[in-house]
Amino acid sequence: MTPSRKKRLTYFLVSTAVVLILGKFIFNSLQKNTIYFFSPTDLSLNSENPKGLIRVGGLVKKGSVQENKNEATYTFVVTDLKNDIYVEYKGILPNLFQEEKGVVVEGTLKDKKFLLGKTILAKHDENYMPPEVAEALKKSGNWNKKYDQ
Amino acid sequence: MFSLFQLKKIFQLNENFFYWLKITFLSLIIFGLILSLIVSPKDYLQGDTVRIMYVHVPASWLALMIFAAMGISSIITLVFKIRVFTIYAKSLAPIGFTFSLISIFTGSLWGQPTWGTFWTWDARLTSMLVLVFFYIFYILSWKFIKNFFVAEKYSSILAIIGLANLPIIKFSVEWWNTLHQPASIKLTESPAIHPSMLMPLLIMFLGFSVFALFIFFIRYKTEVLQLQENKLNKVLKK
Repeated sequence: MTPSRKKRLTYFLVSTAVVLILGKFIFNSLQKNTIYFFSPTDLSLNSENPKGLIRVGGLVKKGSVQENKNEATYTFVVTDLKNDIYVEYKGILPNLFQEEKGVVVEGTLKDKKFLLGKTILAKHDENYMPPEVAEALKKSGNWNKKYDQ
Repeated sequence: MFSLFQLKKIFQLNENFFYWLKITFLSLIIFGLILSLIVSPKDYLQGDTVRIMYVHVPASWLALMIFAAMGISSIITLVFKIRVFTIYAKSLAPIGFTFSLISIFTGSLWGQPTWGTFWTWDARLTSMLVLVFFYIFYILSWKFIKNFFVAEKYSSILAIIGLANLPIIKFSVEWWNTLHQPASIKLTESPAIHPSMLMPLLIMFLGFSVFALFIFFIRYKTEVLQLQENKLNKVLKK
């Protein structure tokens, strides 16, 4: 290796190390500000309710979805299996919105347990399979609970 | 050993090679499209919408892989000044850029019917957009800096900084709460995609990769011809 190459390689390695260490610090300090959604448990641990628009994510609790036809509003419960939060939402639900499936609700907290939804996003998981396979898995009892998230 | 890295080696490649590359690409893409659009089953949850995956996922993988290749080439360029790697990175950039755009657009077309939104600022989507901007800045740095050696330096630094973004994209779905689902195909676990849907996905990925390779050779040849045109003999000899 020629001296100039050696010099450039040293420059490169030293600056990479410095940047990586700096990056780690920035990453750690930003962790709190990069939360996309809170879980109901996160919110129950807060002493003070966050103001403004927030996102809450979790599963739609089984049997909790109710439609009010007159006002075109829906109410349902978002759960992370430890804590629940009630949601009221006026508008159209996305196709993949289903009970026992993942959901992210954007809205404002009226109180600790009640969220007024503004936007509803359905969250789906990384499992893909044909309907027949899903049917067969459910029948044979091999349906994995994690498919329902 | 360094004779391997001579820029003009490409002109010794047989025309037959390009012909067969084209044939392979076409047959893979036709076969892959038939499998993914007609033969493969609907998803139990998403129905036919899942077919967007067969374009979205290969494009995203390639956008990441190509940037990784550019970043590593740029390190070799900066440290060892082996010019052939400069030209590798420069020729790869527009290809990766195109794939990253395809990834973003098909992703938003997929997001609307499934999630209920075209776009949201979650960690995966945001870091992918950052990758698009790295591609743009990389390409622009070559466009706007007229001196080859200065452009080489700054574009390489840009690509190396951009390398840091790749693990962020990859692991964003694990490090943060995101709307985007985690990876279905991991090196350490068996895939969460049924084989009847995994097969077309992998064939489409192969097809896309061969296409990327084919365009890469064309771009590379053009770059070398341009160097000759501009009489940058210092670059060509090295």
